[in-house]
Amino acid sequence: MKVFRADLHIHTVLSPCGDLEMSPRNIVEEAARKKLELIGITDHNSTRQAEVVRQLAHQRGIAVLTGAEVTTREEVHCLAFLPDEERRLLFQHFLDEQLPVIPNSEGRFGYQALVDASDNILELEERLLITGLRAGIGEVEQEVHRLGGLFIPAHIDRSVNSIFSQLGFIPPGLHFEALEITRFVSEESARQRFGIAEAVTLTASSDAHYPQDIGAACSLFYMHDLSFAEIRLALLGRDGRKVMPQPKENR
Amino acid sequence: MKVSDLVKEFQLTVFSGESGLDREVEGGYVSDLLSDVMGFSRENQVWITLQTHQNVVAIASLKDLAAVILVKGFRPEERMLEHSNNEGIPVLGTSLSTFEIAGKLYRLLCPEEILPPAV
Repeated sequence: MKVFRADLHIHTVLSPCGDLEMSPRNIVEEAARKKLELIGITDHNSTRQAEVVRQLAHQRGIAVLTGAEVTTREEVHCLAFLPDEERRLLFQHFLDEQLPVIPNSEGRFGYQALVDASDNILELEERLLITGLRAGIGEVEQEVHRLGGLFIPAHIDRSVNSIFSQLGFIPPGLHFEALEITRFVSEESARQRFGIAEAVTLTASSDAHYPQDIGAACSLFYMHDLSFAEIRLALLGRDGRKVMPQPKENR
Repeated sequence: MKVSDLVKEFQLTVFSGESGLDREVEGGYVSDLLSDVMGFSRENQVWITLQTHQNVVAIASLKDLAAVILVKGFRPEERMLEHSNNEGIPVLGTSLSTFEIAGKLYRLLCPEEILPPAV
């Protein structure tokens, strides 16, 4: 069994609130500097920037989970990760169908730039990405799992856009591989405050919108290798694998 | 005032939970954050929201609310309908916005709070 440092919640320049410095190149450099071995690329309601980051990071020996931070109809933020490029594209198609067309006029909410590996802007996403999808949380979860993906309700300790703020409690029948906490809460207090059993995995991640925040919180994955299958098993705590959240500001 | 009186007064659609139409109404609460409603709503209030998730009825039941009114033509999700019927908490609907239906409800429930127009 090995230990891998992971930060599964990182935004890029494609997110309107993501800093312009959050290009694939800068993200990979910063992740390497922070000694992360696994990162998640999670722009709001879009997976389009993730594949470029994955390719760049691969050259530096860093694994990337490609996905998105989905805003459900109830405005719950949830991380979704897809197992391969084919299914990422299928999930992107789902997002495109479910995203209401609200123009991000003149970049009012911040520019949403899709860039290549050398920081060249390929296109500006016209539709506002931070709005809620038409699909509810149950529908999104089912689509992610139909595609063999991972579903992780994000920053559950935040007072807005968390599963607890929007829905009061975790809906019965919702399936998820883990719940994410921010760097501002300890694992113990999160478990106590929300009544989360030890059997449920908590991940801690940075939700970085600026390069310096990458790795501000991370999780240690105890598993055999960095394959998608191993990551899933670690999240599920199977056969001795496990995930230990490291919300930094409480260590 | 009963839930059925509101249905008549505002021509609300009754989606489900008919068995609760004779519940007493003692006020209203407006919020789309379910955690907020869990914390601050009170018994026998009518909850006005655009959320259509099953958890809405679970919270209405937990807090003993009189009914839920969905605004702007929103319809309850399937699981919400089931819970509503099981719990006997009416889920009602209006095409009005939250502002409009909340204003009408306030006027009806708290007429003494509304100042007469200045002459």
